[in-house]
Amino acid sequence: MLKFTDVHTHYGSIEALKGINIEVNEGEIVTLIGANGAGKTTTLMTMCGLPQASSGTVTFEGEDITKKPTDQIVSNGIAVSPEGRRIFSRMTVYENLQMGAITTDPKYFDEDLERVYKLFPRLQERLDQRGGTLSGGEQQMLAIGRALMARPRMLLLDEPSLGLAPLVVRQIFEIIKEINEKEKMTVFLVEQNAFHALKLAHRGYVLVNGEVTMSGTGEELLASKEVRAAYLEGGH
Amino acid sequence: MEYFTQQLINGVTLGSIYGLIAIGYTMVYGIIGMINFAHGEVYMIGAFVSMITFLILTMIGGVWLPLALLAALIMAMLFTSIWGWTIERMAYRPLRGSFRLAPLISAIGMSIFLQNLVQVLQGARVKPMQALISGGFEIMEKDGFTVTISYLQIFIIILTIVLMTIFTLIINKTSLGRAQRATEQDRTMAALIGVNVDRTISTTFVMGAALAAVAGLMVTLYYGVIDFYIGFLAGMKAFTAAVLGGIGSLPGAMLGGLLIGLIEAFWSGYFTIEYKDVAAFSILVLVLIFRPTGLLGKPEIEKV
Repeated sequence: MLKFTDVHTHYGSIEALKGINIEVNEGEIVTLIGANGAGKTTTLMTMCGLPQASSGTVTFEGEDITKKPTDQIVSNGIAVSPEGRRIFSRMTVYENLQMGAITTDPKYFDEDLERVYKLFPRLQERLDQRGGTLSGGEQQMLAIGRALMARPRMLLLDEPSLGLAPLVVRQIFEIIKEINEKEKMTVFLVEQNAFHALKLAHRGYVLVNGEVTMSGTGEELLASKEVRAAYLEGGH
Repeated sequence: MEYFTQQLINGVTLGSIYGLIAIGYTMVYGIIGMINFAHGEVYMIGAFVSMITFLILTMIGGVWLPLALLAALIMAMLFTSIWGWTIERMAYRPLRGSFRLAPLISAIGMSIFLQNLVQVLQGARVKPMQALISGGFEIMEKDGFTVTISYLQIFIIILTIVLMTIFTLIINKTSLGRAQRATEQDRTMAALIGVNVDRTISTTFVMGAALAAVAGLMVTLYYGVIDFYIGFLAGMKAFTAAVLGGIGSLPGAMLGGLLIGLIEAFWSGYFTIEYKDVAAFSILVLVLIFRPTGLLGKPEIEKV
């Protein structure tokens, strides 16, 4: 569904991605794990064309989207819940959800809203509250809800667990699983919380300094010595 | 009391005009964080286009007044919108992502360029025009002093209220307005949900320019004289109004415009007319010292 072929991405003269090959198939949850500064967020943002890859190709459903402007990429069926959630803090929860639906046909709006309410009943309770006043967990729910309002065929999630209490993290991950299983949503998940991410994902990639060093099914990676040593034992 | 009322009416009229221009400053600042110093010139072009339209219509002769007003309004808004779009496209967009002062310098350059362009095209002399709308209501009279509100003043105030209401509705209720507010708060995220950020910014310039054009038309009618240099002072005052109200805030710009108009009218009425500009700009200094965020601009407390 989505494919990276030898993708390099630069920030000015700094090479953040050094020739990456990644593939996400329809209906999968694929996770990308790695340390701080390995290039996980850059990989995810390159999918959206912010920044664009400096060489290599990104294809989505067979179409080359490497040089497409961001707003066109996301209106073609990719939606993002970005790092730090980036809720529109001076807009209400409802307005944030409306913003998510900006690329869709208005006739789907009510139906999509219902679906988000069902997944996140908390959001429905807080419709008129400003985004900035929500708790971290609620903001994460809103970020995912806003992404779903765009009726994507693929959902990109950047560190949805960041800064959240373990209980809330579990809740969020369960919802991601539910979206994937019930709605057959393809998910690309960037996480530092490698244990949770690998348990959830069908497949995973390990990113080190802008290069993919390992890939495999979630279980394989969880069992691998290197992954255990670098990402699972100790810190997490 | 009568004198006071008269100055109040004059002040509100003047304040309407400043408020309309101030909205352009505040919207552009809100969305890309820069002061568009060429905005005063856009207003000046609006004034010229409306005067030229009136002159052409007078030459043809016998055009019904409301129709002439409408024609001038449409022409002025059309021309300034094109200018607003062009200015953004040529002078600011290439510099987006550059260092912060670059677009500011470019804006000042654009302002000088437009002034000189109009000077070359239209001449440096002051252009007079006969009054189109005359007469008014006498509200009260005492000791030989009559308080009047002219039809023109009523026209200006009502048109301003209508436009500001429409504008507030656009910003708060339409998807265009939401896209503008989203772009204002987080440009990257706006792009990530599919907002065409470049187009949204262009639209903002066009909307601001169109309002400035209306102000230009009003000034042409109200004072009856314009020249290529009027944009500078009016622009500075409208900018002051935007800062006074809280730059980036739409109601702030309206309130700020009104206050600057009132301050000017009362100062001219009770003190000296020569120093009315000093009064207006002293306000700018005081606001910057004591309340840098302006009257309605509040620093937002945000949870991370």
